[in-house]
Amino acid sequence: MQLTESNAARKSLNGNEAVAIALFALLAFIFICVAAVATTSEYSFHAFLLSAASVAAVFGVGNRYFARDIVIPQELVDGRPNYNMEPVRVATLAALFWGVAGFLVGVTIAAQLAFPALNFDTAWLSFGRLRPLHTSAVIFAFGGNVLIATSLYVVQRTSRARLAGDLSPWFVVLGYNVFIVIAGTGYLLGITQSKEYAEPEWYADLLLTIVWIVYFLVFLGTILKRKEPHIFVANWFYLAFIVTIAVLHLGNNASIPVSIASSKSYIVWSGVQDAMVQWWYGHNAVGFFLTAGFLAIMYYFMPKRANMPIYSYRLSIIHFWALIFLYIWAGPHHLHYTALPDWAQTLGMTFSIMLWMPSWGGMINGLMTLSGAWDKLRTDPVLRMMTVAVAFYGMSTFEGPVMSIKAVNSLSHYTDWTIGHVHSGALGWVAYISFGAIYCLVPWLWNRKEMYSLKLVNWHFWISTLGIVLYITAMWVSGILQGLMWRAYTALGFLEYSFIETVEAMRPFYVVRMLGGLLFLVGALLMVVNVWLTIRKPASETESETGQLQLQSV
Amino acid sequence: METYLALAKFAQTWGLVYFVAVFVLMLAYVMRPAGKSKYEEASKIPLKED
Repeated sequence: MQLTESNAARKSLNGNEAVAIALFALLAFIFICVAAVATTSEYSFHAFLLSAASVAAVFGVGNRYFARDIVIPQELVDGRPNYNMEPVRVATLAALFWGVAGFLVGVTIAAQLAFPALNFDTAWLSFGRLRPLHTSAVIFAFGGNVLIATSLYVVQRTSRARLAGDLSPWFVVLGYNVFIVIAGTGYLLGITQSKEYAEPEWYADLLLTIVWIVYFLVFLGTILKRKEPHIFVANWFYLAFIVTIAVLHLGNNASIPVSIASSKSYIVWSGVQDAMVQWWYGHNAVGFFLTAGFLAIMYYFMPKRANMPIYSYRLSIIHFWALIFLYIWAGPHHLHYTALPDWAQTLGMTFSIMLWMPSWGGMINGLMTLSGAWDKLRTDPVLRMMTVAVAFYGMSTFEGPVMSIKAVNSLSHYTDWTIGHVHSGALGWVAYISFGAIYCLVPWLWNRKEMYSLKLVNWHFWISTLGIVLYITAMWVSGILQGLMWRAYTALGFLEYSFIETVEAMRPFYVVRMLGGLLFLVGALLMVVNVWLTIRKPASETESETGQLQLQSV
Repeated sequence: METYLALAKFAQTWGLVYFVAVFVLMLAYVMRPAGKSKYEEASKIPLKED
């Protein structure tokens, strides 16, 4: 009794905890004041939401303090790095949740295009509001949580060091998800700055900026205290992703709010400059979020799963630098035949075509990592999923440069071909490499030997693959049909088809696309069931000798 | 407009030369024969257990 009391007396809030509690308490108060002066009820709702999140943060830090030991977790336990995997687990589960939510909204809007009555005549469920909800949910919520989870895992394991910071990794994971909730509910309520893939308004952007800076510091801090002399190439890709997204986010969201009481803001760029900044942002979100980040996953998880070293480490470094040098210039191909100066359009096209080389170099590097272990493709559905992902990376990075050529773009632009291209990259590459990484991560994080059922993984693979094939083939046919109908002239020089005739012609393909999306969603649900059963599996079946992890829950 | 033209001309000539030179230097550094063992070692980082 005496002892516990004296222990309790010695345990005190450390500086970070005290500052965090004070800061979040102050923020909770400020957000209530903002809610009081807000000019619209939607903005007021967001202010209350942020206030509630701040109060939750105060309680979170407090409860964590009461539950923790006197000393905060050490760098080493028994001479081995004491990895901090709890935030990684939370981000992994968040990714699963947002993945299913994002795919579901995707299927919903696909159904709305075929059957417009499905918006039930409500503003909230209209296509214009659900579409950014879908894109943000799958890219930023699902993809973002996958990237945060895998990056915080990989940087620890390849640096052989515990994650930098104590509260900050939690701030990154939870703060990012609060941003997602603010952004997503905002779209449904009609709050948007109308920039594609950058729809969140100024206050959400501000929150993301702070979260992102902390993310950068946690990642860099872990690299700086590494025990491994060489910085593994996956960390280069992650770092490029983090730094570039920060720069893009700041550049494309340089807006001035009307007032603190309003959710509305105005961008400082105007006219064609604004369009150029938007697509400099937009295409590099593809290049550095959807490509560099997920290539980092490829460079760690594929060698790990196949138990083979990367085919050529030199090629991986050349892949990295070539991608960095080229991607940043490709954006103008989104603005062919617009007010953007011709030379800028040609520059965008030229760099897009040059990008083919590093992309295929990377694809070959990923695929050839399996050389000598090809038989594993037959027996391991997880590795097969990641391999097909890399094949889709190769396919969509071939299709992209083709579509960036002005002559091809004059047919493909504004048609469903673009949607098909995006989804062969998003479903085939990004989602598949993510699923592969999740199937690897879950057993490692929860100390299980393997997923609950590899058979279910196999089912997931085949159902989703069928879904992707239906989706992209439907969009190819629909897109080219649409493009050809738009440019068809009669003998007298009149346009042959009215717009509504092209819509009518595309309808069957919209139904096929919806079915493809539905299959993809079913596959993802199988994954959620599988993950749930893996985590629920009795502890007696856990494998302590896998040597993957030794967790200290904090 | 004159400032724009001057900047554009500089970017289209010396800017291009600079980027190509840096890229070639990178290639030369990565491909140097002495780096072989270092890269072979680095490629095994994910496979090592701690």
